[in-house]
Amino acid sequence: MKVFEKTKMLTDAHLHYCPGCTHGIVHRLVAESIEELGLQEKCVGIAPVGCAVFAYDYFNCDMQEAAHGRAPAVATGIKRTHPDSLVFVYQGDGDLASIGMAETVHAAARGENITIIFINNSIYGMTGGQMAPTTLIGQRATTCQSGRDPAVNGYPIRICELLATLDAPYYIERVSTQDVRHVLAAKKAIKKALQNQAEGKGYSFVEVLVSCPTNWHMKPVEALRFMGEECTKTFPLGVYRDKSKGEGK
Amino acid sequence: MASITIDETVCKGCGLCAEACPKKVIALSEHRMNANGYFVAEKVAPQNCIGCAFCAIMCPDCAITVEK
Repeated sequence: MKVFEKTKMLTDAHLHYCPGCTHGIVHRLVAESIEELGLQEKCVGIAPVGCAVFAYDYFNCDMQEAAHGRAPAVATGIKRTHPDSLVFVYQGDGDLASIGMAETVHAAARGENITIIFINNSIYGMTGGQMAPTTLIGQRATTCQSGRDPAVNGYPIRICELLATLDAPYYIERVSTQDVRHVLAAKKAIKKALQNQAEGKGYSFVEVLVSCPTNWHMKPVEALRFMGEECTKTFPLGVYRDKSKGEGK
Repeated sequence: MASITIDETVCKGCGLCAEACPKKVIALSEHRMNANGYFVAEKVAPQNCIGCAFCAIMCPDCAITVEK
């Protein structure tokens, strides 16, 4: 009996991500959740600009590529014209927290009934490791070579906390991919976020901490350890809003 | 008996499966590469596999199938 095999919601295409990048794990979690909810026929994914720009090749459902940062706006359009569809947005930190901040905040403030999967690896991966809005204090990047200095570069932006100040979002959670336990918890959060949308509850946002061994200049296993020990200090895991339980504002 | 199958064509040799395995069933090969030039993950102690699927859960490339 097969205990584990690749979900049919993912295509046979080989992922282009670097070795040890946990983007692939999140792809699988999203795909498995959609399959388990039985909504693959209704599903429309929005691919971002960034490392996950080729996400449309990997998901076995309708996909739409959005301009840099504009994925929540595209998702809003698709969801409003096709209210029966299940629209998920898959964005990285450069896309969502930097150039797409306006779209992100306003989609959340409107409480659009969409699901956002936010991949936070605290660096610009695809363009070669520049400092992102989420880069940790002291973390090195090509545009802050002696480490991020708050006096020059400011502080990292915590998106979950920021969105949790708004009234409209229904569900906001931050999860991680540092080990098996956290990956299983991430799956639960992603599935819940998609389920919320299917039930018409409203804006659901899941931030997933992901490693970037290439641009952090670490081995894959070291990178996961760094994520568990350092990234979670700046980005604490947990539920920031869950209206079904009355948590958060 | 529990067993795993590793698709070596998609394996990138990141070693997250070997790290996750509680029974040390998997290790990275020191000699064998796939067509992409990665030293692939291979079974070194298949008899110890308990079918927990931790390796498959951590594999970013869905290279592992687990049977029980």
